[in-house]
Amino acid sequence: MPTNLQILAGVGRVVHLEVSGQATQRSVLDALEASHPALLGTMRDHVSKKRRPMIRFFACEEDLSDESPDAPLPEEVASGKEPFLILGAIAGG
Amino acid sequence: MSSVRVLVGTRKGAFVLTSDAGRKRWEVEGPHFAGWEIYHVKGSPADPDRLYASQSSGWFGQVLQRSNDGGKTWGAAGNQFIYDGTPGTHRWYDGSPHPWEFKRVWHLEPSLKDPEMIYAGVEDAALFASNDGGQTWSELSGLRTQKTAPDWTPGAGGLCLHSIVIDPLQPDRMFIAISSAGVFRSDDAGRSWRPANRGLRSNTIPDPDAEVGHCVHRIAMHPSRPNVLFMQKHWDVMRTDDGGDNWREISGNLPTDFGFVIDVNANDPETIYVVPITSDSHHFVPDGKLRVYRSRTGGDEWEALTKGLPQKDCYVNVLRDAMAVDSLDPCGVYFGTSGGQVYASPDGGDSWAPIVRDLPGVLSVEVQTLS
Repeated sequence: MPTNLQILAGVGRVVHLEVSGQATQRSVLDALEASHPALLGTMRDHVSKKRRPMIRFFACEEDLSDESPDAPLPEEVASGKEPFLILGAIAGG
Repeated sequence: MSSVRVLVGTRKGAFVLTSDAGRKRWEVEGPHFAGWEIYHVKGSPADPDRLYASQSSGWFGQVLQRSNDGGKTWGAAGNQFIYDGTPGTHRWYDGSPHPWEFKRVWHLEPSLKDPEMIYAGVEDAALFASNDGGQTWSELSGLRTQKTAPDWTPGAGGLCLHSIVIDPLQPDRMFIAISSAGVFRSDDAGRSWRPANRGLRSNTIPDPDAEVGHCVHRIAMHPSRPNVLFMQKHWDVMRTDDGGDNWREISGNLPTDFGFVIDVNANDPETIYVVPITSDSHHFVPDGKLRVYRSRTGGDEWEALTKGLPQKDCYVNVLRDAMAVDSLDPCGVYFGTSGGQVYASPDGGDSWAPIVRDLPGVLSVEVQTLS
């Protein structure tokens, strides 16, 4: 989690989530927002659920930002061995 | 014993500055929400411990914060600002139609009577209201669906609704201002609106009597005289004595009539303050001198207030929401600069001193007078 979102949600760098069903970007973010409502709207649009332009998602050294939000995440993420990384894009000069 | 609490929004967090009624010795607390842009922080007149803050970021969007203990602790409130119905389009810089898109909350205006009730002015220009302390928001869409709205065009800072003024004697009457559409007035608690720009002249608009399209930077009212409004326009300082039906220019002897802030002395509705800025291409004070100008005659005749303010090598700006007055006697006047200074005058502008010099660039200043 980016520092600004950690502070907003009152959490550390790593948040452990239980996800029912298949682990996808959508189900992970749904679970994260449900457990920490202060994050609603900060990573994706409230209504369309589209990723905010300067938020990126990584896992297992792969950039998943432009993958379908309903695509299964790597097994290592689903099993909890590897983290699903939420990053603020490095931008701003 | 009275005290004052100054609420400062900056480009990298919020600060709370407190003093006793002497307004000489200050405590500085913050930053709250470090790293985030804080466009506005404002307290409820009905419950001074209830504060609201607009927190935003190009990365993470809009967050709304609320405090119930005067800013000691904060919690995220609702941040879902969704336009009513199909938003439609307004005019883009090149004249083409552009979809309405929510970007941020510029201004928060709590109800005068109910701490749970608050209005939010947003970019792209619209007015939202909450009746539950900011948890949920609904648009007062009579403004954005007003017949002139498709012709509204953003100013350089965006199509922002930046001023919300509630008539304390007739709470159903409200004024708002949008850059660069102009002033709008509602007499039915925000359900319907009409432009209130007659008398404004903007030399970038071909039609001298244009109903909308004026780049209003700020409007201010003294609570005892809600028919009198003062305006700092892109260029020109203006006044209306009939609730916005007609405006007249009161720039008088100002060194330049470009600027952003305008405010009214709490103890004298004819004493007003502006900070002239060189021009729209030079967003800093003229001649390297930071001068507040005061009129004791409701405009036209202005005096420079310089005691305690830098009078050489100063090139700061003062943004539209970055001036406020307290309600003590003599009236305290406060403003913040793009250079991170917050200045206070405990004597109606006669003398000034910095409360703090090195904050991030100041976006907004509000003050609460506490008993």
